[in-house]
Amino acid sequence: MTATAPDGARSFRWRRRSVLPGFGLSLGYTIVYLSLIVLIPLAGLGIRSASLGWDQFWAIAFDRRVLLALQLSFGSALIAAIINTVFGVLVAWVLVRYRFPGRRWLDAAVDLPFALPTAVAGIALATLYAPNGPFGALLDDWFGLRVGFTSFGVVMALIFVGLPFVVRTVQPVLEEIDRETEEVAATLGARRWRTVTRVIFPALLPAILTGFALSFARGVGEYGSVIFIASNLPFQSEIAPLLIVIKLEENNYAGATAIATIMLVISFAMLFVINLLQAWSRKWFGHE
Amino acid sequence: MSEAAATRQQRKVRQAIGEGPATRFVLLTIALAFLGLMLVAPLLVVFVEAFGRGLGVYFQALALPDTMAALQLTLLVAAIAVPANLVFGVAAAWLIAKFDFKGKSFLLTLIDLPFAVSPVVSGLIFVLLFGANSALGPWLEDNNIKILYAVPGIVIATIFITFPFIARELIPLMEQQGSSEEEASVSLGASGWRTFFQVTLPNVKWGLLYGVLLCNARAMGEFGAVSVVSGHIRGVTNTLPLHIEILYNDNKAAAAFAVASLLAMLALVTLAVKTLLEARFAGEIAAQRRH
Repeated sequence: MTATAPDGARSFRWRRRSVLPGFGLSLGYTIVYLSLIVLIPLAGLGIRSASLGWDQFWAIAFDRRVLLALQLSFGSALIAAIINTVFGVLVAWVLVRYRFPGRRWLDAAVDLPFALPTAVAGIALATLYAPNGPFGALLDDWFGLRVGFTSFGVVMALIFVGLPFVVRTVQPVLEEIDRETEEVAATLGARRWRTVTRVIFPALLPAILTGFALSFARGVGEYGSVIFIASNLPFQSEIAPLLIVIKLEENNYAGATAIATIMLVISFAMLFVINLLQAWSRKWFGHE
Repeated sequence: MSEAAATRQQRKVRQAIGEGPATRFVLLTIALAFLGLMLVAPLLVVFVEAFGRGLGVYFQALALPDTMAALQLTLLVAAIAVPANLVFGVAAAWLIAKFDFKGKSFLLTLIDLPFAVSPVVSGLIFVLLFGANSALGPWLEDNNIKILYAVPGIVIATIFITFPFIARELIPLMEQQGSSEEEASVSLGASGWRTFFQVTLPNVKWGLLYGVLLCNARAMGEFGAVSVVSGHIRGVTNTLPLHIEILYNDNKAAAAFAVASLLAMLALVTLAVKTLLEARFAGEIAAQRRH
């Protein structure tokens, strides 16, 4: 742990000096491990994708089956993220502002989709929403709505896996909001609804957008929970990750690589947007 | 202003900064109904289906040799992946929380990368790296090293998937605590390691524990990535989640749910420990909300 003795530290012009040891060791270890596990394997995908050439890449990307799978993945993820945003804000509001028995356990339950394996969620949702399952039969009787083994089922699974993101990004911001600003708005004569939409909502907006983006990104890539509840028919209810698995099973590495690259590029763009949102949020509201 | 008018004014303000009882009731009911239908119902189904045919059937399903093999493999994978990411998480958190350097936020973004990658794509990148027609493939085959469709591949894919969990739990916690205690310890002559074990570690131990638990739950439950790299060889490269899929597709739903109930209990224990820790050490763990 003597890697950053004061003399050595002076040569690192790009960092602020610190009396604490371990900079060199922890930097080295972090970068080596990150490279071995994450960066090099991901770069491998990029290299393989680049070796396909534009013509082959576009031929795969604009194949009708691929387009429909991407459309289903992104479309369902978008709908699920919108539903999760509406209910996520509501759940966060109730958890932060209201006191009721069992609140702490309800708060813990929100994390369930983080901790419950997707395969377990998948078979549970498939059983619930199957045409003869408890919810599936009811929805069919009441609304004539088929959820299990349709694209509704895909949305249902994505709501489950994306549920915690909006709650967990909005909740801490809502906790920190100063109640006094609401009192000021109220004493200045604003009605409650006006206070909520004009005072509280703008402060929550960056967190809401971040939660939406995280929920959306998670939904686009989700595989485990969806394949059990969707019928997985080509051109109908086949999500993009499933198509990657199918291409791999057919030893079609080029196809799998091309679809994966499209998904990765879009996910990284999402990640970039999320980071911008958080930087924006920190700048304007002083918290994440 | 008379006293009565003042109280009236106060009541008006109180009403204006909160919702009326009717609105409260409606909002609370919608939130509870949503969480009940979306979260509690699927969880209940797992246990109803698992125990619905009696304890005999339940334990029979768990005692199958393939189930035991899957359980052993899952424990082995988690026993390697979690400590590997624990060491990384601590190193990365020390680096990012205790030092200021250029490119720090870029490094944080890189650590988050695996969150943005679909599990299936995570599996695919290792298939492309170690597969027969990759650059490494022929060399691995010549030297008789099996990574893909074997335990090492499953371990590496799991490490990738769970990569950010512990680091992400520790970084905000250690940033929030600052480094004045560590600086005091070092200037009093303690070594870096001693400072870490006697000053930093006791301060972050509960956040660290939750990070480890979450990482472990995810490592034992990972499906997509492991499915791609495992080759689905029964009794050899099947982890518990993959075994659930096989049983379910074989129309052995009761057995599938019995295995699923094991992982569901693990998830419940993880969440229960988190809740208890939060109740007792509220300030220490509150920092991290994003996964």
